[in-house]
Amino acid sequence: MSDHNSNKPVTFQEKLEKNIWALVLATALVVSVGGIVEIVPLFYLDTTFEDDVFPEYEELKGVRPYTALELAGRDIYQREGCYLCHSQMVRPFRDEKDRYGHYSLAVESKYDHPFQWGSKRTGPDLARVGGKYSDAWQIQHLRDPRSVVPESVMPGYPWLDKATVDGVGMEKRLRAMKALGVPYTDEQINAAAETVEGKTEMQALVAYLQVLGTMVKFEPGRDYRD
Amino acid sequence: MQAEQQQYNYQVVKWFAYMACVYLVIGTGVGVYIASELAWPILNFDNPYISFGRLRPVHTNTVIFAFGGSTLMATAFYIVQRTCSTRLWSDKMAWFTFWGWNLVIIGAFITLPLGLTQSKEYAELEWPLDILIAAVWLAYTFNFIMTISIRKVSHIYVANWFFLAMMIMITYLHVVNSLAIPVELFKSYSIFSGVQDAMIQWWWGHNAVGFFLTAGFLGIMYYFVPKQANRPVYSYRLSVIHFWALIFGYVWLGAHHLQYTALPDWTGSLGAAISLAMIIPSWGGAINGMFTLSGAWDKLRTDYILRFLIVSLAFYAMSTFEGPVMASKTVNALSHYTDWTIGHVHSGALGWVAMVSIGALYHMVERMWGTTMYSIRLVNLHFWMATIGTAVYITAMWVSGIMQGLMWRAYDDYGNLAYTFVESVAQMHPYYAMRAVGGLIFFLGACVMLFNVTVTIRRAIAKPSVEMATAANI
Repeated sequence: MSDHNSNKPVTFQEKLEKNIWALVLATALVVSVGGIVEIVPLFYLDTTFEDDVFPEYEELKGVRPYTALELAGRDIYQREGCYLCHSQMVRPFRDEKDRYGHYSLAVESKYDHPFQWGSKRTGPDLARVGGKYSDAWQIQHLRDPRSVVPESVMPGYPWLDKATVDGVGMEKRLRAMKALGVPYTDEQINAAAETVEGKTEMQALVAYLQVLGTMVKFEPGRDYRD
Repeated sequence: MQAEQQQYNYQVVKWFAYMACVYLVIGTGVGVYIASELAWPILNFDNPYISFGRLRPVHTNTVIFAFGGSTLMATAFYIVQRTCSTRLWSDKMAWFTFWGWNLVIIGAFITLPLGLTQSKEYAELEWPLDILIAAVWLAYTFNFIMTISIRKVSHIYVANWFFLAMMIMITYLHVVNSLAIPVELFKSYSIFSGVQDAMIQWWWGHNAVGFFLTAGFLGIMYYFVPKQANRPVYSYRLSVIHFWALIFGYVWLGAHHLQYTALPDWTGSLGAAISLAMIIPSWGGAINGMFTLSGAWDKLRTDYILRFLIVSLAFYAMSTFEGPVMASKTVNALSHYTDWTIGHVHSGALGWVAMVSIGALYHMVERMWGTTMYSIRLVNLHFWMATIGTAVYITAMWVSGIMQGLMWRAYDDYGNLAYTFVESVAQMHPYYAMRAVGGLIFFLGACVMLFNVTVTIRRAIAKPSVEMATAANI
């Protein structure tokens, strides 16, 4: 660093380099800007969610909280790290429409704490996998992927057949979701333990996969993005 | 040397530095295993604890936080003491940082294979570990700032600015992105959902890269490149401009991970636009590092440690050129969701972060133990293994990534998709095998380093301290 003689005016940079507290403050301010500009508006702009932009589109009101069994399946999906190889976010391209279906909307994941959009497609996108395959196919595929898709590199998940879903735990989890703003009714929460009674983790995961992307019944020809 | 040993707290730095070498071996070892699982899925053995989805976070957490974190803590404590001519403000707090950080890592080794995860990439650890991370991180930051505040020189050296920016930004990111409501001891739900959660996660995700893996390691570069080359930093003015531009700009980039998604278009486009501009501050750093060697390029022929540092800057320049390209909307439409992203991450992680760390670690081992490396030929061997391993890895991922992107969007003459998804999976096999081999070469290089460092330290400890002092003066 260059020498400064005392006649020279002291620059702002020079002051920062001599005062750690000023440097801390300046740095703390500079690094906060980008995040504030990009994140905060998403919470209050009414263009973030499609149902705010198009309140007249009834199909957008189809998005509902997951049932206790589906939520249990979603927790297993996270536990096994499925999101590391499967995205849940169809982009508005021709090939993705042909391969996966309608592009994903923001409303479709509004109850997803946390989101499961993923970042990688080692396997195919799952945003609209619900209803594409039978339950029996899904179960066989999860137990032994290469028995139905020989080229697959997916791990098998045979242990999901052996464990059952914890009913009391699910009641607590629904309650936590409600605290976060997911509109569960008291009846749903109280019935949670009963509805998952005796279900295996495999059944829960398949229930989750089968609901993915099916809540919005798209009207042909409608565009949901500006 | 003796005075230096007493003046500074090297003990905690030594432990962090050695653990960094250990974690590099573990982290890359797990990486090779999961890479092999993708090439040969039989290796999952239908065993939940080693299945890809649970081991992948073990790999990422070990290389980023165990190896990268230990390196950052070793170097920050080393640099701040030497550039401030003062001992660490608190030895106790430094040891708390060491043991706390290693406790977090052990916690990760146990909880992640059990499937206990918040499922946010690079922020998987559950809430009790998140709280411990926050406590350790604040102790690390506070000790660093207080050490600067009691410095015996007038100016704060540039390397410390970068460390400071990293510490502040990681505090913001970790606290906000980890906000969750606990349900059980090791289960919680993010308080954010869907689109907002996605934006916050990638604000974290890209700044884990931008601050943890870039700003911090630029701090390392600004100290160790001039030290090892025995030359002053090329341009002070450039370092000032590049510092402020880099820390201001990086924060915006997360949104480029979410282009064409359900995130509003303005956010993704903003992220992409700033990403393009980021090439300027990024290359400012790379140029400042490389030109520090002006007039001393011949040292690269003889100084293997310097080679690691300079090659790391070449990889840094390359991946910070590649990054803006991939963030542009047209390229992103093809590259997103493919292995190209994995290749890009590894050209940064192996080529830049690991290489600059390895150079700094060799430098510190020689200096702190007052000796020279047990075998300089093994350092050279390590250099070539690391370089070749990285090159093989990223080449494989470029080919497979671009091939995936092209296959997914290909149409035949009748207007139908030309390939099923699984056809693209089958095509990846040779490249997944090649990637595993590239990773294996890098991993074996890390083993060579651990061996070389261990023997060096053992011999230094066995030698009488007078000899140590003489050796250091050579």
